[in-house]
Amino acid sequence: MSKTLSAKSHSLPAKVWAGYALLALALLVAPFIVGQVGGNAWVRILDFALLYIMLALGLNIVVGFAGLLDLGYIAFYAVGAYLYALLASAHFDYHVSAWIILPIGALLACFFGAMLGAPTLKLRGDYLAVVTLGFGEIVRLFMNNLDRPFNLTNGPQGISGIDPVSVAGYGLNKGITLFGQHFPSSYAYYYLFLVCMLLVVFVCIRLENSRLGRAWVAIREDEIAAQAMGINTRNVKLLAFALGASFGGVAGGLFSGFQGFVSPESFTLMESVMVLCMVVLGGMGHIPGVILGAILLTITPEVLREVINPLQRSLFGRSVVDPENLRMVLFGLALVLVMLFRPAGLWPSQRRREELEDDA
Amino acid sequence: MSDVLLRAEKIGKVFGGLKALHDVSLTIPRNCIYGLIGPNGAGKTTLFNVITGLYKADGGTLELNGKSLIGCKPHTIVRCGVARTFQNIRLFGHMTAQENVMVARHTHLKAGVFGAIFRPPAVRREEAACRAEALRLLQYVGIGSQANRVARELSYGDQRRLEIARALATEPQLLALDEPAAGMNPTERETLKNLLLQIRNDGTTLLLIEHDVKLVLGICDQLSVLNFGQCIAQGTPEQVRRDPAVISAYLGSSAA
Ligand SMILES: Nc1ncnc2c1ncn2[C@@H]1O[C@H](COP(=O)(O)OP(=O)(O)OP(=O)(O)O)[C@@H](O)[C@H]1O
Ligand SMILES: [Mg+2]
Repeated sequence: MSKTLSAKSHSLPAKVWAGYALLALALLVAPFIVGQVGGNAWVRILDFALLYIMLALGLNIVVGFAGLLDLGYIAFYAVGAYLYALLASAHFDYHVSAWIILPIGALLACFFGAMLGAPTLKLRGDYLAVVTLGFGEIVRLFMNNLDRPFNLTNGPQGISGIDPVSVAGYGLNKGITLFGQHFPSSYAYYYLFLVCMLLVVFVCIRLENSRLGRAWVAIREDEIAAQAMGINTRNVKLLAFALGASFGGVAGGLFSGFQGFVSPESFTLMESVMVLCMVVLGGMGHIPGVILGAILLTITPEVLREVINPLQRSLFGRSVVDPENLRMVLFGLALVLVMLFRPAGLWPSQRRREELEDDA
Repeated sequence: MSDVLLRAEKIGKVFGGLKALHDVSLTIPRNCIYGLIGPNGAGKTTLFNVITGLYKADGGTLELNGKSLIGCKPHTIVRCGVARTFQNIRLFGHMTAQENVMVARHTHLKAGVFGAIFRPPAVRREEAACRAEALRLLQYVGIGSQANRVARELSYGDQRRLEIARALATEPQLLALDEPAAGMNPTERETLKNLLLQIRNDGTTLLLIEHDVKLVLGICDQLSVLNFGQCIAQGTPEQVRRDPAVISAYLGSSAA
């Protein structure tokens, strides 16, 4: 009797471990398989998916955990990216190591987050959203115009020739050579981003299950009751803002090193909205859901891009609609459908689903 | 230390033209159950909100242990030692009962961002202790078996008791309860009465708003009666029961 019981209680962890091992293996070989099937362009898309997961998880701390709407999140990504570009490129001829810039970028974004949050967190939901939206645009406009009187950002042309990230003295731009075969830089960056993304996931899980995570959820559920339990709601919200921003700063730095080029165009309002959509579509406040949202929203548009043009040619013999426009239409349609049929997101947490059902 | 815990003097609060509180004064001694009664709309909850910092008083003084609370934010007042429950229950509905109580331990835990991320032994111990303390408090108020249930699924009476456990978790000197017996049946009321006496005996002073006159007169050591924002009588239950102003206020309001 006791034997069967213990066997039963052990079989589950074994299965779970097998699952994790399989997942780890899949993550390790993913770029090779994707590269084999779709070519290097798809490995780059994979890299971007990882960056967007980091961004979405950072925004999730603000929107999902603490329940604060932030429409200017991409500004922190921009701050991280430009910091890297300024400190590691020919622009000022500084060539600081990525491993020094990335932590500074996190701190700087954190500081910007606090600067934005301190005066605005008193505002209620929609007002906060408008102010953060304005902040995001202001940061972008600064990047666009700070080439005069003193050329800080090189204006709309952006900064190019940014140093790659090096790991132990090995520039990732050189790619990897495995079994006598050469793979381009996107493969090498994949592993760097994977490690960073896993770290971000780890930090998010730890934060969620802590005194701070509880305070965030308490504020989201009932701010007045949270205050009455001794929580300094202002400070705790500010912390969510600053922490979320720091994730954006790191992701921005990585983007800069990977891309080798930054310009204000990469940090438009549309990008903020996209990251917010990843969080909302996947399932606000639920880490696996947010990851799913980020992957879907990075991959699907690319798939559409590849499919729409050939499809139009074979149907009408020529390209009728610009694939870029059609992409936005389909994307909007998908969002509306998801919000109609799964308002809590594709993969919500149990708690969130109930909250939404109650509100309805 | 003097045996006065809370002293409020000439507290006033106006909403638009309505004088919700007008020169209300009361003195709560340590280790007692202090009752606050009065007809609907008398200003009882408003006084609670002023004491706990949710509303700013328009005038008057308010001191806990001789230290002024006027102008303090709600979360500071909790740290000074005043905890409360709400008339319209305000639990964190989608958290479990235990998590609700753990939230209220917030100020007694130290883990910051780095503590939360790296979870060193001190933080682990602190979290385990917090979990255990939350469970102990749930058992103390008699809902230990409900620890893992989501708060909004609990029965009305259990939700009220969970609010008490949550407030106790802040380790208050003064526990302010806004109609804790509302919606309870007679048996639940009896258990609640014993719980309140127990809390008092364990060293926490209680400030109690309650419409159940039998309950109030049965367990309060002293009480104040509010009517139209004014304090019309104060004293022991015996004195208050005989007070002509109280009798006419209650009869007047029930006749109307
Ligand atoms: N935030 C507010 N804004 C405007 N008026 C308010 C506000 N809060 C309370 N009041 C008014 O102040 C008066 C006192 O209300 P209060 O809630 O303190 O009464 P109460 O004694 O708690 O009554 P009850 O027994 O019904 O809970 C009422 O007339 C109420 O309408
Ligand atoms: Mg009331």
